[in-house]
Amino acid sequence: MFKYLKQLTSLVAMVAVLFTFTTETMAAKKSKTLKNTQKKGFVRCGVSQGLPGFSNADAAGNWTGVDVDVCRAVAAAVLGDANKVKFTPLSAKERFTALTSNEIDILSRNTTWTLSRDADIGLTFVGVNFYDGQGFMVRKNSGISSVNDFKAGVSACTNLGTTTELNMRDFFNSKGIQYEPVTFEKADEVVAAYDAGRCDTYTTDKSGLAAQRIKLSNPDDHMVLPETISKEPLGPVVRQGDSVWEDIVRWSLNTMIEAEEYGVTSANADSMKTSDNPAVKRLVGAEGELGAALGLDNEWSLRIIKQVGNYGESYKRNIADTGILPDRGPNELWTKGGILYVPPAR
Amino acid sequence: MNIKKILPQLLTLLVVILVFGFFSYNAQINMENRGITFGYGFLSQESSFDVQFSLIEYDGSHSYFRAYLVGLLNTILVSVIGIIFATIIGVVVGIARLSNNYLINRTAAVYVEFFRNIPLLLQIFFWYFAALRALPLPQDTEPMFGVFFLTIKGFFVPAFVWNNLDVFIYSIIAAIISIIFIRIYAKKKQENEGIQTPVLSISIGLLLILPILSFLFGGVDASVEIPVIKQLSQSGFTFEGGIKLPPELISLALALSLYTATFIAECVRAGVQGVSKGQKEAAASIGLTPNQVLKLVIMPQALRIIIPPTTNQYLNLTKNSSLAAAIAYPDLVLVFAGTALMQTGRAIEIVSITMLTYLSLSISISIFMNWYNKKIAIKEK
Repeated sequence: MFKYLKQLTSLVAMVAVLFTFTTETMAAKKSKTLKNTQKKGFVRCGVSQGLPGFSNADAAGNWTGVDVDVCRAVAAAVLGDANKVKFTPLSAKERFTALTSNEIDILSRNTTWTLSRDADIGLTFVGVNFYDGQGFMVRKNSGISSVNDFKAGVSACTNLGTTTELNMRDFFNSKGIQYEPVTFEKADEVVAAYDAGRCDTYTTDKSGLAAQRIKLSNPDDHMVLPETISKEPLGPVVRQGDSVWEDIVRWSLNTMIEAEEYGVTSANADSMKTSDNPAVKRLVGAEGELGAALGLDNEWSLRIIKQVGNYGESYKRNIADTGILPDRGPNELWTKGGILYVPPAR
Repeated sequence: MNIKKILPQLLTLLVVILVFGFFSYNAQINMENRGITFGYGFLSQESSFDVQFSLIEYDGSHSYFRAYLVGLLNTILVSVIGIIFATIIGVVVGIARLSNNYLINRTAAVYVEFFRNIPLLLQIFFWYFAALRALPLPQDTEPMFGVFFLTIKGFFVPAFVWNNLDVFIYSIIAAIISIIFIRIYAKKKQENEGIQTPVLSISIGLLLILPILSFLFGGVDASVEIPVIKQLSQSGFTFEGGIKLPPELISLALALSLYTATFIAECVRAGVQGVSKGQKEAAASIGLTPNQVLKLVIMPQALRIIIPPTTNQYLNLTKNSSLAAAIAYPDLVLVFAGTALMQTGRAIEIVSITMLTYLSLSISISIFMNWYNKKIAIKEK
């Protein structure tokens, strides 16, 4: 009898230990991706093969860009170090497969948020980090100053497997212009073919046009037409089915944008802990328990702001100061006439 | 049947089925977990993307299946062009390597060593971007014979505009059928009576006369449509009318045939050298002309050595044509496993269809070449 009692006690103890263990790491347990990331010690991030301002590697292999900064923010929040990111350059064709097959955990690669991508193929878009639109680049000496000047027979170079290809068709069809689409897998080949004169126009997202223009042999001979023919909200993507991880990525991005809204920068973040504004104090982790809801500690957002900076800093560093798009246009805060507007962190 | 013989085969079959079953089950579970649906229904949906070059009528309002056909036909087109040119260049270079003329055989050797030792993808890039750099813009081009225009935007050639095209095609089919009958008759006549019939001249005559008759009496009429330059903007031009061969097709076909021709040349050289010298001398000694020696004695024996490795080269060329995606030639991989895959996100379905398609293409070539090989094999009497 006593023998059995002893066994029973140990069983109860074991269950109790297991239970405490479970409650403690509930969030981590719920999110397989978060657990794996913490175990590995780095965030696996899919980026482009080189798009200045968004994700681009220098000669030493250091990645910079606004898309890169989203991954760095997640690394700062989850692992405490914005440099603990492993970047995987992906072509437009490879990107979704890499994400759904577990090669990467975040896809931050100037990817347009559309219904079919969000709902149909096992992906979830978590937000928008750049509002873009498709435009056309032409040679200045062609005399074309508007998309209405295109004539039937025009050949257009673009990237394969993008929303660009579909928008281009919609656009030329609505104008009743017969055209010749020339689609390449890599952006560098599109640029080379357009540069050589294979195509009359090069079409992609306007930010992409601005960034790729500097790769042409004579950038000054080319110009981007004023019209925008589509909505291209670009943002980070995660796998469907891990809502905790989805929340972490979403709120890492939101933190950067909200920090700009409240004037919290990488330089003044620490001193903001004593701010009078409760929203600011929540943002730097001096008030509330927001980190716990994500399965993180309370300093997660402070680390993002200190190590990566707010959205405005990231934009200035990567896109404005590099001369790609000095004017923020729609990517300005809603308080300053743009459309950047994120839900409150509380 | 012996149970001992059947059992191991049944077990092997079972293992194969289990392995496949396991993988498809696994894939199904994983896809379910990630919320991906599986099905081929998308093939009938509207594709909503355009393709620059197509052999059949196609635009974005057609289905994904139609887009698949466009890609497949483009793959077959570049493969057929590649195989024809690779064979011609290969045979010429292979024979040139056997030439007694030092200059000719060294040139051929240098060509073979140079082109077969550079990766094919690099050669494709070279021909494409070299062509783009070297070719003139449409407004600067000099017409060849007044009607052909080679420009950076493509090779524009005149097109025939037909009246009663079907009658013309029937006349050619009729010519081919009668040639087959004449050949059978000529062979019989030679076997029975030893008299040779000039089959070649009769064949050429038939191929010319019947179509001409269709023009004279069948109401067939063809006019030529010559490409005309068209201004798109102050500095942009293109050609209208005629047929346009895109530079992507030309450079891909060029790279594939120059590369594969080197291997075929080596097959040809091996085949001819594999026929013993005695055969040639014996044939000459019974009074055959050099032409007859080559046609009746050397080639039938050499072909038996040449065909099997050349089949491999044809298969390689067909599969290598999938590198087209690098230079925007809309082949099966670019159109279907590229754009269509990206737009639908149906990776497993599309990749499996693409793999099956290449498999069927390769097996068809294989079956045809094996049939041809069997036909020319030694028939033991």
